[in-house]
Amino acid sequence: MCDTCGCNITPGNRKHAYTPVQGTTAVSVLKNLLAKNDEQAAHNRTHFDHHGVLAVNLMSAPGSGKTSLLEATIDALRDEFRIGVIEGDLATENDAARIRAKGVPAHQIGTGSACHLDAHMVHEALHRFPLDGLDFLFIENVGNLVCPASFDLGQHRNVTLLSVTEGDDKPAKYPVMFRAADLVLITKSDLLPVLEDFDPLRAQAHVRNLASEAPVLRLSARKGEGLAAWLDWLRQELGQQRARVAAGKTARPKVQPDGAALHAEY
Amino acid sequence: MHELSVCQALIGQVEAVARGRGACRVKSVRVRLGPLSGVEAPLLQQAYPLASAGTLAEASQLVIEPAPVRVKCETCGAESEAKPNRLLCKRCGDYHTRLLSGDEMMLMSVELVIQETPDV
Repeated sequence: MCDTCGCNITPGNRKHAYTPVQGTTAVSVLKNLLAKNDEQAAHNRTHFDHHGVLAVNLMSAPGSGKTSLLEATIDALRDEFRIGVIEGDLATENDAARIRAKGVPAHQIGTGSACHLDAHMVHEALHRFPLDGLDFLFIENVGNLVCPASFDLGQHRNVTLLSVTEGDDKPAKYPVMFRAADLVLITKSDLLPVLEDFDPLRAQAHVRNLASEAPVLRLSARKGEGLAAWLDWLRQELGQQRARVAAGKTARPKVQPDGAALHAEY
Repeated sequence: MHELSVCQALIGQVEAVARGRGACRVKSVRVRLGPLSGVEAPLLQQAYPLASAGTLAEASQLVIEPAPVRVKCETCGAESEAKPNRLLCKRCGDYHTRLLSGDEMMLMSVELVIQETPDV
């Protein structure tokens, strides 16, 4: 899509196009508000593909266990794959320090007061974070079930965590976030026996209500329960990413922003 | 919460269009917003005067056109209205639907003042 040749003008929106009225001109634009972010994200994605890395964006509420999941994942895969982590938090280097303690390179983005990572912050981080030899790059977004869902970072897949201490109706309350998920992980599953209110099947039903076919897996990073299915998903996704890279293709997370959708349809 | 940064991106685009056409100011800006975009219309409205201050869009009007949530069923083919957290087909109840509208966050059009007309 561009705003110069008129390819974005369709029968449905033609009424907005050029109608000069007394010294004023109405100009149709039809551009996603975050087009600049999306362009930067596409650039990041090309960079990941160039290095044959699978970039996975982890999103959840604060305290759902993103860093613990990464620690368990690193322990399980350290002999099989090379992993790098970009951490996003408002303040502190705590999470990056936890990852580095596992012997894995980590870069901490301090967002200040910003409630989400955006493609420019990740691009900035990539200048200081070599991807050479990495198989997986995990981007741990700011703990927030709202804003991170709106910003493409250039990742190939979105994983949204829902811990059992949060309530199984979270996908109904935060539809934008859970609709963006390519995979939903119900975390801290070892606590399910004491949290009778949380029904994993009900959580899954709320995800399906969002017209999402994303797999919903249960795991406990602390106890090591259910990790196998998550690790298999990662292996499978990496295999697909390598095949795409070999074929000169790329992949975006499931939910397509408007710009891409418009371009595909018209 | 991120409406201010979205609004700043919007103003950046509006200014680029205005400069590209040699406009001296922007009269109005039309945006289409769906509930699944993750951006709230009232918050965007509140952020607009702040983000547009000192730009060609200062004192312009932001018109937000709401986009309804509509889905098309992949199973039975019906098109229906839906709720943001219940994107099921209204006819057959299936969840295998495709979103037709409702996640837009689009700059639709900009009304530019090319030459200030003297007040009469």
